[in-house]
Amino acid sequence: MSIYSEKDAKAILDKVIKLSKADECTATLSGSIDGNIRYALNAVSTSGIVSDAELGVQVAFGKRVGTATINEFDDKSLEKVVRRAEELAKLAPENPEFVPAIGKQKYGESKTWFDSTAAITPEYRAGVAADSIGPSKAADCIAAGFLADSARFSAMANSNGNFAYQTSTNLDFTCTVRTEDGTGSGWVARNLADVGQFNAKDEIKIAVQKATASKDAKALEPGKYTVIMEPAASAGLISFMMFGFDARRADEGRSFLSKKGGGNKVGEKLYDERVTIYADPADPVAGVLPWDDEGLPRERTPIITKGKVDYMQYSRYWAKLKDKQAKGQPGNLIMVGGDKSTMDLVKSTKKGILVTRTWYIRMVDPQTVLLTGLTRDGTFYIENGEIKYPIKNFRFNESPIIMLNNIEEIGKPVRVGDDESPFVMMIPPLKIRDFTFTSLSDAV
Amino acid sequence: MQRRDFIKATGIGLGALMLPIYGRAIAADELVGKLDVGLKKQLADTAMTAAKADGASYCDVRIGRYLRQFVITREDKVQNVVNTESTGVGIRVIANGTWGFAASSDLSADSVAKAARQAVQIAKANSKLTTEPVQLAPVKGVGEVSWATPIVKNAMEVPIKDKVELLLGVNAAAMKAGANFVNSMLFQVNEQKYFASTDGSYIDQDIHRIWAPMTVSAIDKATGKFRSRDGLSMPAGMGYEYLDGKKEDKFDLPGGNVGYGNSYDMLEDAVAAAKQAQEKLKAPSVKPGKYDLVLDPSHLWLTIHESVGHPTELDRVLGYEANYAGTSFATLDKWKSGKFQWGSDKVTLFADKTQPHSLGKVAYDDEGVKAQRWDLIKDGILVNYQAIRDQAHILGLDHSQGCCYADSWSSVQFQRMANVSLEPGEEKLSPADMVKDVENGIYIIGDGSFSIDQQRYNAQFGGQLFYEIKNGKITGMIEDVAYQIRTPEFWNACVAVCDKSDYRLNGSFFDGKGQPGQSSAVSHGSSTTRFNGINVINTARSLG
Repeated sequence: MSIYSEKDAKAILDKVIKLSKADECTATLSGSIDGNIRYALNAVSTSGIVSDAELGVQVAFGKRVGTATINEFDDKSLEKVVRRAEELAKLAPENPEFVPAIGKQKYGESKTWFDSTAAITPEYRAGVAADSIGPSKAADCIAAGFLADSARFSAMANSNGNFAYQTSTNLDFTCTVRTEDGTGSGWVARNLADVGQFNAKDEIKIAVQKATASKDAKALEPGKYTVIMEPAASAGLISFMMFGFDARRADEGRSFLSKKGGGNKVGEKLYDERVTIYADPADPVAGVLPWDDEGLPRERTPIITKGKVDYMQYSRYWAKLKDKQAKGQPGNLIMVGGDKSTMDLVKSTKKGILVTRTWYIRMVDPQTVLLTGLTRDGTFYIENGEIKYPIKNFRFNESPIIMLNNIEEIGKPVRVGDDESPFVMMIPPLKIRDFTFTSLSDAV
Repeated sequence: MQRRDFIKATGIGLGALMLPIYGRAIAADELVGKLDVGLKKQLADTAMTAAKADGASYCDVRIGRYLRQFVITREDKVQNVVNTESTGVGIRVIANGTWGFAASSDLSADSVAKAARQAVQIAKANSKLTTEPVQLAPVKGVGEVSWATPIVKNAMEVPIKDKVELLLGVNAAAMKAGANFVNSMLFQVNEQKYFASTDGSYIDQDIHRIWAPMTVSAIDKATGKFRSRDGLSMPAGMGYEYLDGKKEDKFDLPGGNVGYGNSYDMLEDAVAAAKQAQEKLKAPSVKPGKYDLVLDPSHLWLTIHESVGHPTELDRVLGYEANYAGTSFATLDKWKSGKFQWGSDKVTLFADKTQPHSLGKVAYDDEGVKAQRWDLIKDGILVNYQAIRDQAHILGLDHSQGCCYADSWSSVQFQRMANVSLEPGEEKLSPADMVKDVENGIYIIGDGSFSIDQQRYNAQFGGQLFYEIKNGKITGMIEDVAYQIRTPEFWNACVAVCDKSDYRLNGSFFDGKGQPGQSSAVSHGSSTTRFNGINVINTARSLG
């Protein structure tokens, strides 16, 4: 069992802080129980449970910092890890960008724990695999999927008297369903904190339907198209853009938010005025811990408001240098939308392309955040409000900044988890004009 | 290649408390110790005895100590020095014809025996869902053997002070040569891996790898334009001697560039990078269209990795990776036909776990199979895949190809890419001679942006340095270049490969695969190679 209670976690962290002879000491203690099941070719391939906990200790002598970690918590081990961090700190060169540990903080509340998710059993996971494989087989399809669930605790304390503790749960499900002849492929993904909101049987219908409906895709010419991006399709592009919001990067002239002649573009309107994105640890659906990696409190933070850049992310060092206040870094991204579903957006589209998912997104030019990637597992041509036929996948070369200027319509946000993103996201389906596809892909 | 692993490893995006991602952080002097081989054998025997007693028909035991050191700097500052260690045992068994796996960080005899019994229990539970029992290609036990990467200087024994001095010296040289910013790093890995199996093998291996990446940036404040040039080093299966920068390991390349072979002059490259980052700010934008591409090995490795290495992994071909990394266009029927023209007759691509200085070089893989070399594409034709013990029978092979790997004692080993490389041309040909023959082309050095679809057909690649070639001459640097390919058409457009005197390796420290994800290090070698009539796009955009 590696989910420590607040009392037990505090007792360990208090001992660590007391043991340290350094000028300052910050310690984090976290642990999780992670379960997963993986299946492919309509059969379970692997499943496992990993239970682990880790204590990290960072100490400083002046501007010399040392970090050590350990996964044993008896008194002898605690002493060992503190001394090791102290030895490393003494060996380390001075860090001219050193900023002392944070003071005592007040954190807000956020709902991140659900008993239902923490109670997932191996039988439940096997059931999800069976619920994916059964309907796929019945439709002459082949399922490959992965369910990963976790229950976790996070605690932090420092020699200035700060302390934080919270538990969280998460469930991530993805399933790719391919037709037996390999000419059709569909996909579904769900990311949740509460497994009570999850029903694999319902989800798998989407993937099976997309797989069978995407058989015998036609080739369209690459070019600029109106696209309906499902939430998972645009999440990766929007998340990538956040790298540019680092204030130091922008002030140094290395971001799309760098200003000609120096400084950054905070306060400038760079997006369509319907674009509003904020972070809020207390969001009821996409809640995250109320503190960031440095222990700074996360608050509701406007990032883009009605198209205007409202936020730059300041590290504590850069904030000090620029005379700004360092605030907790966002753990989630919430894009404001309306009430329409993806299919509602399809209905209002004369000619366009429905994109289920984007894949292998990489930065081509950080100057403009030009990203490349491909559509995958369900790409369809829309005419007069109806899905007409499946089309071959495209490669895109597009910037999320341009994409968020070419908005036609915004639907209802849903929670999205992205394998390559550090954020939990609420992203709506988007209708975008002039989205740039540069070549065709034969991949199914 | 996985972006997330790189970000995690470098600590980019983390807060003040930079915890290492691999195991616990330890003091530098602990990085040189080793576990006693006698103790490892004893523990392995304990595990195998326990597994067999509980009904396992096969058992392998991996006792691993994974050591890593990261030194991360920017300009005149050391941002982080982290030493990590992760030690434990992973036990894999076959019971009732099904795999089972369990792992523990506790190396007491009781704990190891318990993990072995747990693995058998999991195998038996999973066997209820098994449709076909595991078929293992035979391996003859080799008894007690040991092997170590032939390093000259153990990087873990070099004092941190020397490494910091090297990187800060490199940064200072780049700044002096006109850079506005420099990030440089040193990654060192030592995998101390002990493998034992019920086939009668007890294999002790000591594997070393090193990588010294850097990014040099130039800014034009007036226009708001910024450009960067990454270092041209390769991650290598070598010790600290890789950083000796020997004269005989330097290659004179067209455009006044220097390429690096089996050692790297980081200081020299930093100065070149600073000048070239400035030059990139002023270079004209490419006119899109069809060009003949001349690709340096520091660039081509990534194209080989994505368009040949991955699609020839048998588990992808069969569909086991369908939900994440994807499947492959190189289906079994194409291979069975014996006629699938992957590339032109100039193209022979081979898998090789024995290449000196490569990231994948070992004596035995993580299921005790001897490292080997085999052809994947022979004279343009698809002739083989990459398969491990439980896949070999699918290809009608009587042996595994020895490319099984786990990134930790706590991960299950599975098929991972061997070093996959392009055979050099037989006729004498240098990069300078190759350029002389090109009327309208682009010469590309260094790897850049990369993206490929889930069946490995459509790919797009950028680079670090792009030079326009007109009528056999390099006319100057150009920018905003990316090329798009369809894999078989690209390799069929290969018209010339330079000879072996130009052959160099490069590779990736962080190749991602699997769910949960695992990372592996892999090299790819080639000589400079020419591809005719490739589609080049212009990547410049305006944000208004």
